[in-house]
Amino acid sequence: MTDKSLNTVMLDADRCKGCISCMKRCPTEAIRVRNGKAKVLYDRCIGCGECVRMCPHQAKLPAYDPFDSIFDYKYRIAVPAPSLIGQFNNLDNVDLVLNGLIELGFNDVFEVARGAELISEETRNIMREGKLKKPIISSACPAVLELIMMKYHSLASHVLDLVAPADVALRLAREEAEAKGIPPEDIGVFFISPCPAKVYALKTGMGLKKPAADGVLAVNEVYFKLLSVMPKIKEIKHISKTGILGVRWAASGGESLGIFQDRYLAADGIENVNNVLRAMEDGNLNYIDFVELNACTSGCVGGVLNVENPFVARVRIRALRHKLPPLDNHLDEVNKPREFYHWEVTPEAKDVYKLDSDFSVAIEKMRAIEQIYAELPHLDCGGCGAPSCRAFAEDVVNGETTLDMCTRREQ
Amino acid sequence: MSSLHLEFDVAGNNFVSAGSASDEVKKTLKMLGVDPVAVRKVAIAMYEGEINMVIHAGGGKASVDIDTDKVKIVLADEGPGIPDISLAMKDGYSTAPDAIRDLGFGAGMGLPNMKKYTDEMHIDSTVGVGTTVTMVVNLR
Repeated sequence: MTDKSLNTVMLDADRCKGCISCMKRCPTEAIRVRNGKAKVLYDRCIGCGECVRMCPHQAKLPAYDPFDSIFDYKYRIAVPAPSLIGQFNNLDNVDLVLNGLIELGFNDVFEVARGAELISEETRNIMREGKLKKPIISSACPAVLELIMMKYHSLASHVLDLVAPADVALRLAREEAEAKGIPPEDIGVFFISPCPAKVYALKTGMGLKKPAADGVLAVNEVYFKLLSVMPKIKEIKHISKTGILGVRWAASGGESLGIFQDRYLAADGIENVNNVLRAMEDGNLNYIDFVELNACTSGCVGGVLNVENPFVARVRIRALRHKLPPLDNHLDEVNKPREFYHWEVTPEAKDVYKLDSDFSVAIEKMRAIEQIYAELPHLDCGGCGAPSCRAFAEDVVNGETTLDMCTRREQ
Repeated sequence: MSSLHLEFDVAGNNFVSAGSASDEVKKTLKMLGVDPVAVRKVAIAMYEGEINMVIHAGGGKASVDIDTDKVKIVLADEGPGIPDISLAMKDGYSTAPDAIRDLGFGAGMGLPNMKKYTDEMHIDSTVGVGTTVTMVVNLR
């Protein structure tokens, strides 16, 4: 269940040509080409889905549960990410999509946007209390959270210790159903995810003692099913209970709108995220109160499990402003203890780049890396199966490969 | 005793590449498994120093020695020199030109921050010859 290889991205080895497209674009250098196939070093994978996006041969398969797995449960609740709403053109009524989900076999729907509005309110409370180190970094994007735990250990104390909006929605959805008298074992709550990082986070219960989702579906798979049922819906039942504030979380900057303050920074796209985190490490962003970071361009609507172009989806999300109330979920109405919104388990820093646990050995290895690197052509051609000459030198010293794999070195 | 020596050229008047030396050092320290607090101290102090060389001295050289017990950073330039070091160390004192301030630099916090985040700091400066800043961050 917690295995990253089963819950992020898998390889269709027949389709993989061993080209270097995915390896060159992986932001954490988590891919190597070995024996002509792309191999993921899963302890470095943040689930961002960049490799899925870049593969010219569709050999990278994002992991998620098949739609029909919902029928393993008698009472099925769909918990859609707000990105799903951004996939549809000229959507006048959010309820049309939610009614479509009922048509597809769900008994009820609980929008993730509702969880988002609650998380926004708790964030505002935390910021008012002023106990957390500023700038506060959002914990909503699990790929960014993984990135910080792998590469930016000194910033871990800036991260908001709140669970994901989906985790709030999934647990509230289940409780609501149980309150109706439905036997717990009959209830299946299914998150509809825009990206592999959220599939992994929700399936493994990142920040929680046990996962809140019984399964995680992909936005694109659900979208195509919805297309065939939505036109047939005659009577639209009112299901939606969210404001635009929750739905805006689907696009970069949306979460920041919910803090009701001006000194925020919202960056999207993994390269930009890395730049912001580096600047924070250097102490350059101390005048900022809140930092929202999304691994995907444009935010969650840019997730690789969506169908629509993220920029188009973003416009659609924004346009819903006229159709929805500003805000429709409040902490006092839900009436849960504050712990409900906070991490039960703090995600741990991971030493995936550390050369050795013995400092002297690590220094020796680093010296060896510098020496090997100096001999390499610095072309970063990828022919050796490593994403850069630097990474290759590291791999050689770590015994993962041999120097003769570089064929462009001057002998 | 194991130690590692790194050297970098810091290009003058190039804000695009400014910070690249400290970034390399940061990456190296992380791979060595140095405590995150110490990494952050080195990052902040070295970044400030690097930017100073870019703004005031037309670049210079950075050399870093990493030992089991400390990181020593030496930033040497052949810039105009600092006439009054104690004045330069005051919070908010800056001689950065307006064009640099418009870029968001030159708030006069560079040297004070470098001192704040390091365990030792010495400045050797001769007007018309150059400045050498030596900083040490202890590793526990």
